[in-house]
Amino acid sequence: MASRTATKDIITLRGSAAIVSEFFGYAANSMLYNRGVYPEETFAKVKKYGLPMLLTQDEGVKTFIANLTAQLSDWLESGKLQRVVLVIMSKATNEVLERWNFSIETDNEVLEKGVAREKSDKEIMREIQAIMRQIASSITYLPCLDEPCVFDVLAYTDKDVAVPFTWIESDPKLIANPQMVKLHSFNTKIHKVDTLVSYKNDEWDEE
Amino acid sequence: MDAGSMNSSSGKTQSRCPFKNSYFKGEILERIWIDFIPNRSAMDFDYAHYMLNEGRKDKENPAVSSPSRDAYRKQLAETFNMNRTRILAFKNKPPTPVEAIPNEFSSVHPAKPTKTRRYIPQTWGSSNVLAIALGNTVYLWDATDGATSELVTIEDENGPVTSVKWAPDGRHIAVGLNSSEVQLWDSTANRQLRTLKGGHQSRVGSLDWNNHILTTGGMDGQIINNDVRVRAHIVETYRGHHQEVCGLKWSASGQQLASGGNDNLLHIWDRSTGNLLASGGGGSDRCIKFWNTHTGACLNSVDTGSQVCSLLWNKNERELLSSHGFTQNQLTLWKYPSMVKLAELTGHTSRVLFMAQSPDGCTVASAAGDETLRFWNVFGTPEVAKPAPKANPEPFAHLNRIR
Repeated sequence: MASRTATKDIITLRGSAAIVSEFFGYAANSMLYNRGVYPEETFAKVKKYGLPMLLTQDEGVKTFIANLTAQLSDWLESGKLQRVVLVIMSKATNEVLERWNFSIETDNEVLEKGVAREKSDKEIMREIQAIMRQIASSITYLPCLDEPCVFDVLAYTDKDVAVPFTWIESDPKLIANPQMVKLHSFNTKIHKVDTLVSYKNDEWDEE
Repeated sequence: MDAGSMNSSSGKTQSRCPFKNSYFKGEILERIWIDFIPNRSAMDFDYAHYMLNEGRKDKENPAVSSPSRDAYRKQLAETFNMNRTRILAFKNKPPTPVEAIPNEFSSVHPAKPTKTRRYIPQTWGSSNVLAIALGNTVYLWDATDGATSELVTIEDENGPVTSVKWAPDGRHIAVGLNSSEVQLWDSTANRQLRTLKGGHQSRVGSLDWNNHILTTGGMDGQIINNDVRVRAHIVETYRGHHQEVCGLKWSASGQQLASGGNDNLLHIWDRSTGNLLASGGGGSDRCIKFWNTHTGACLNSVDTGSQVCSLLWNKNERELLSSHGFTQNQLTLWKYPSMVKLAELTGHTSRVLFMAQSPDGCTVASAAGDETLRFWNVFGTPEVAKPAPKANPEPFAHLNRIR
């Protein structure tokens, strides 16, 4: 195990990009399930990060997320991705109700010099697990989404990124006067991902 | 890490944005530090880091950068979206969850049709709205936003609606009725403009527009060219079919009219001379024949293999799409005028009765007695005919049953 761990502990830029984009795929699924964007029956349980994770079985959503994570991985490898935002909007009014923000910091040295880093796989998994648990438990404080909602994903990239033809420029879809909750972050030593959820203030107290 | 003011243990968070709170209320630097660092995502540490190390020329002076300043600047920049970030969204949006348009559309259908509907007239207009007639009612489906609406419900004595056709302007629509009348409607104003009477003796099963000329085909076998602008609208009549005229289609130039009948004949008429150019048969004949209009001699005869139900020209008239019944229920693509068979599109399990062409001319929708609506990417580019059943984006993919 010791020798195996040694090899596994080496993280390359590509490996890190894969971990982060995969994390995003699972996180997106978890959000869609927990926030009830798609009906519960359309999700199936799989084991990941040492937790039962729910993945959508809807082909359309699956394809959407798969294409997304592939592109994110690409951008992560080139260090162009700054953040990924998943927005949940009211289907009727298109008003943004929730915004899940994942900021990404890329270690520039790795980008430029192509070095690898060391960090135990297990520890990264543990960090991701913590975030997943937080996402799941977020339903305790996030306001109920009573109406049918739709979701969309925004990618904040460097300005010099060539926009692939399947992507278009978008507005940031911000929430006015949001409540914000910061969740745990995880770090592969090459990419550091911070999670923040902002949601529409549904109470008129506190300013 | 303990995020301080952000995450309170009870789960309810502060409503105020932390650094706004700290910054404007002048709290101690240490508190600002704690508040800002964890909130890196809103702060875009990346930007600060980038500014410090890459030294890229920008509005700001990269030398001065305390965390609070960076944060505030970032907050401002984000608000005004003036930063060096590009925000991208995936072009193809994820599918909307269950209560989606297809259900709305299917709820528009009458709950119990009085008789099995085998003929479902439909037409796709240049305004990208699909008009479909079910029983006595004409419904409009806007392909751009998926909105459905009802255009008109005909009185029982005149109905059912036997044919619909958008005028080239995509605004006016002709509605052919069982009573032999044809109503003209303005879909934008939602009002009836006129009714064409006295032409046919029985139901009007097919319609096509040629600018201001509305060509109507009736069960009486007649094809009448109506000028919708004038009171005495009948301009000319083509007689050639022995039974009901099921399909009519003008070529893009407006010079040739193709007509298909229940007598299983396909005729092509020349507008200027009124001569029959080509005719094709189905059933026992199954051929498309070409005639010399002067001598009456048959020049060319093309065996289509089965009865010809409807016809469509492609944009440059070099191709003709015909739909058939038994046995293959296929759509056949022909090169015109050589009548070389370019392709056969199979898929329907019953006689293909109606075809409609999308405004861009590339996609064809076909409706058959098997109660399905199929979309074909037929008239792609003139050189390459790519016949392949193509699933139309989103709503229509779910629309399988039309009652």
